[in-house]
Parts: sequence; structure tokens; C-alpha cells
Amino acid sequence: MSISETTKIAIPEPREISTVPRFSDRVFRVVVSLGGISSLVILGAIAFFLGIRGFDVLSNTGIKFITQYEWYSAINTDGTAGEQASTFGIGAMLVGTIITALIAVAIGVPIAVASALYLNFYAPTAVRGFLVSVIDLMAAFPSILFGLWGFNVLMPGGEYWAKLLHKYLSFVPLFDVSAPVFSRSPFIAGVVLAIMTIPIITSVSREVFSQTPLDRIQAAYALGATKWSMIRAVVLPFGSSGIVGGAMLGLGRAMGETVAVFTVLNIVFQANFQILLGAGGNVASLIILKFGEASGEEINALMAAGLILFLLTLLVNTVADLIVNRSGRKGR
Amino acid sequence: MSNVTAPKPMKPWRATPKELLPNLFAGIFVLCGSWILIEFTGLSGKLGAFLSASILTLISVTLIANYKSGTNAGKNAFFGTLVAIGGILAILPVASIIFTVLVKGTKGIYLGFFTTDMSLASVNDELTVGGILHAIIGTVLLIALAMVISVPLAILTALYLTEIKGPGSRLIRFLVQAMSGVPSIVAGLFIYSAFITGTGRGFSGFMGSLALAILMLPTVARTAEEVLLLIPSDLREAGLALGGTQWRTVAMVVVPAAKSGLVTAIILGVARIAGETAPLLFTTGGGDTVNGNPFNGVMGSIPFAIWKALISGSDESNARAWASILVLLSLVMVLFYTARKLGKRKI
Repeated sequence: MSISETTKIAIPEPREISTVPRFSDRVFRVVVSLGGISSLVILGAIAFFLGIRGFDVLSNTGIKFITQYEWYSAINTDGTAGEQASTFGIGAMLVGTIITALIAVAIGVPIAVASALYLNFYAPTAVRGFLVSVIDLMAAFPSILFGLWGFNVLMPGGEYWAKLLHKYLSFVPLFDVSAPVFSRSPFIAGVVLAIMTIPIITSVSREVFSQTPLDRIQAAYALGATKWSMIRAVVLPFGSSGIVGGAMLGLGRAMGETVAVFTVLNIVFQANFQILLGAGGNVASLIILKFGEASGEEINALMAAGLILFLLTLLVNTVADLIVNRSGRKGR
Repeated sequence: MSNVTAPKPMKPWRATPKELLPNLFAGIFVLCGSWILIEFTGLSGKLGAFLSASILTLISVTLIANYKSGTNAGKNAFFGTLVAIGGILAILPVASIIFTVLVKGTKGIYLGFFTTDMSLASVNDELTVGGILHAIIGTVLLIALAMVISVPLAILTALYLTEIKGPGSRLIRFLVQAMSGVPSIVAGLFIYSAFITGTGRGFSGFMGSLALAILMLPTVARTAEEVLLLIPSDLREAGLALGGTQWRTVAMVVVPAAKSGLVTAIILGVARIAGETAPLLFTTGGGDTVNGNPFNGVMGSIPFAIWKALISGSDESNARAWASILVLLSLVMVLFYTARKLGKRKI
């Protein structure tokens, strides 16, 4: 069989080359894009639905909704109308939310930054992995667990520390109390929130610290720096915006916390700046407190409060996100 | 002849007893000093002991380093100790929480706790009456439904960010980040306002899982995005070079390669929502009987059972709350451990 005898080889038609995606790819892209905008749709829907439910209350009360301290529903629990007109104001709760969140950050940030530094630069490698996973596990603890633990274990100890602070620092207006009620105070709620935010701040700071360029670290050592002077000259300036961003993320988390605050805080409708006094508030725990017996307009007022809380945390998280993403450009 | 003795191995960098002497003194100083502080000042309790011991350790370590090697070494030792104390302070609550839950929770655990529900038990009944079967079934159903809703959306979001890299990538990444900061109570309120009031539909398990899905989505999407970014682009190019379309490449090369990472992402999402309480208070109604139908009727769940027991406040229900939280914590820890194990595996 010689070569000439072979049958004709069918030359395949040259395939058309094009940059137009196939049909399957177009379907794929549309489906994935639709899934991708789900977060946009959900966030928009949250703002929309809370907005339309709360619109009446918000437009009736106006700016007073966030400045007024009173919360009174004219409808009694048995459905009859009360004598006074309803007033809805979350001023006291907003003040309380911000105070407890600030206490949480003030206590949580130093501890979290120290533990991030310890984990990244000091911890022996044998225990580092274990410690990191313990702190990550803490982030996954349910908030009701923190509430229960805070109420049963932290509160007695916290009361003692609050009395100690009051005894020695009562000349500072912040630590003064007008009545000797130390349990269920914003201070204790702040400590619980601090413990809840530590894992978040630690992991954000650790992330930023670990991005410190190795050559700068080694340059510092080569110039004769001790470990601490290296950290102060290289790591902390490099990671400063990471720390700030982590603190903001923690602030956002602390503001929206519900169950843990509700269990440990005594909710009172007045602005209380004495953090050791057992009276405070939190928008989220207001919603939980009033939801069970609310009806009609009060429900709408709670929706409006939820909308304010949503916008507040969104704002804080946006700022945090901007700061964290800007991080890592500085440092000596 | 063969009487050669090998030289004893030496460790010249080891501190001699004489050099260790200050450390011994420092240890004695810290122990005695903190005893004196607790005995004669206002400090008390475990935390007080910890505080005084750490302050004294800080002082003595700094002084020793300062005396031995100068001011810089002193500063270094001071801040090194301070940072270590911070690390211990961060770990302490976890230890305390786990210890408390184990001690208080085991009292309420018995076999019937897992096989009966609370429909025939009141809050003041003995611990041997009633259990959390309804809550366990409810939690499992809620989590399963929330997964069915949120996992596809989350994975599609991650694919949009890593594979399509569409024009909205930056915005979507930001929105997912923002969504992870949405307070859980807002998710519950949203579901309540959009699907429950004014529609005539009552509380049900499905509503609860909608709220949980909102909270789960960002966690899964962010972790999945990180995992997909780790897949080398060589794999994608190889898939395309073999003539595959993008769809085939993603479905048959990228996603299978990232499988264990994606499972980790899902488990982390489940761990995030397993203990959520606030959104369930607005959506599920929290029944006391076993309800296998998530679309109709109130449905209990472990966090809701804890909440109810906590509110009622009797000793027995408090013990039930701790026992339920032990169950919940074990669930979270098992999930977390599994995620770690899977996450360590090479992609």
C-alpha cells in the first residue's frame, strides 16, 4: 500500500475565529452577575422596607426622633388608647449606644493591639497557631453566650471594679455616680462588648502587621534596634491605619449588638453620662424590649429606630473599610 | 586504648545559676508582693490577683533588664511583658467562658434532654422533665434552609468578583463588606417588615432562615472569594487553552480545585449563624413543640430556647439555659474545628 493509494484526507473546515462569547458563556455571565448584585439588592431592600414602615413616624416626629429622650406609646397593652399622645424619641438610646460602643473600643483596642503584637512577634511558634485559633473561635461565639456569661460571671466582678474606680476616680465626672447603683451599668455592658470586639480588632491588626515589609524589619534590627524599638519604628507606623480601621469595625459591631447588651444593661430612658451608674440604653436593645408588646404606630417607630441603627452602622463600616483599604502605605 | 572520652556537650548560652538568681528573687518578690497587695489594699478576687501579679512582674522584669543591659533593654523588656499581658487578657475570657459553660451546663444534661421537647414542661419543672428536641430540630432546619438560600448567592458573588471581574467589582466587594456589618437585629426587622406584617403570613421557620441567610451571605462570599483568588491562574489558562469555554473552565476546573476551601467558607458561615438570637425573635415565633414544617407555624431553635429560659428566670430554666448553651457551644466548636481542618488542606 503506497502513499498515493490513500484515500483523500478530508481537510476540516477552518473554524471561525471570533471574540464573541459562546451562548453558554453569555448565560454564565448573566447568571453570575445576577448573583453578584444580590448584596446590592438585599441592602437596598433593607433600607427601602424599613424606610417605608418608619416613614410616617419619621416625618411626624422629624429631627426630634433622634434628639428626644422620651418613648411613650399611647396605645395601652389592652388595645385602648391612652390619654397622652404618643411620643417616640431614641435620643437616650443613641447616646447609650455610642457610650457603650466607645467604652468597648477604649478597653478593647489596647488589649487587641497588644495581643496582635504578641501573636505576630513574640509568641513561640509552638503555641502561636493554637492561640490564633482560640481567638478566631471567640469571634464565632454566639452573642447570647456572651450575654449569659456577662450576666452571671462578669457582672459580680465588674461591679467590684466599678466600685473601685468610683472610690479612687470619682473626681472625674465620668466616674461619678449620683446613686450607688453599680450593677447593669454601661461600664459593664462596655466590658462585655469589648470582649466581643477583641477578636475582630485583633484579626484586622494582625493582618496589617503581618504585611510589614521584612526588609524594613531587618533593617531596623541591623541598625541595632531591640524588638520593641523595631516595633515602634516600623510596625506601628506601618499598621496604624489598620489599627484605626479595626477599631472602627469593632465600633460598628458594638453598636449593633443586641442580646448581649440587653442581658447586662438596665435600660432607662434618659441620657446617662455616668458610665458606672446602672442605667443606660442601646437602640438595638430598645427594639427587643419594646417589640413584644408593641402594636400599630409603635411598631413603625421601632422600624424607624432600626433604620437609624442600620444607617449608623453602615456609615461606621464604610469609614472603617476606607481606612483599612488605605492602610500599609506609611512607615519609616 | 579505647579509653577516649567524648567531651560532654556544652550549652554555653544557657544562663548559669548565678545569672538566674535575680529571676528567682523576682519570682519571690512578685508572689509576696501580690499577696501583700491583696491582703492589705482594696484589690481582691482572681482578676485583682492577676492585675497585681502582672504589675509587679512588669516592674521586676524591667528593673532586671535595665540593671543588666541598660535603658534600651529595660524598655524592651517592659513593652515585651506588657504585650504578653495583653495577649493573656485577650485569651482569659475564652477560658472563663468555656469553663463556666462546662461547669454549669453539664448539670442540666441528661438523655431525655435530647429526646423530649418543652411542650409538656413548664419553666419550674424539674430538670428531668422536658428537653430541647424541638430546638435542635428547629436549628437544623433553619440552618439547612438558610444554606439553601444563601450559599448559591454567596458563591455566585465570589465568582463575580474573581472570575468575571465585572465593572461593578469594587462596589460589590464594598457592599459585601458593608453587609457583614449589618446588625443581626436589623436583618430580623427587615424580614418582619417586608414579609410578615401586612402580608397575613405569620411567624415561621422559613422567615427565620431568610433572616439568617442575609447574615450568612457576606461571611461565605468573602471567604469564598479569598479561596478562589488562591487558585493559580495557570489552571484557568490551561482550561481555556484546551478549548473550554469560560463556563466549562469555571465549572470543571476552578470550582473543583477550590472545593475544600468553599466547604470551609460554608462551614464558617454556618458557625456565624448557628447562635444568632436577635433575628429569630422577630421571625420564628419560637414554639415549644417539635415542628418539622418550616413553612407553617412557629418554630423553636436553640438560641430561642435559651432566650426563653433566660427571660423566665427560674432556677430550673436557668440550668436549662446553660445546658442548651453547652449544646450550642459544642456545635459551634465542632463546626469551627472542621473548618480549620479542611482549611489547612492544600488547595
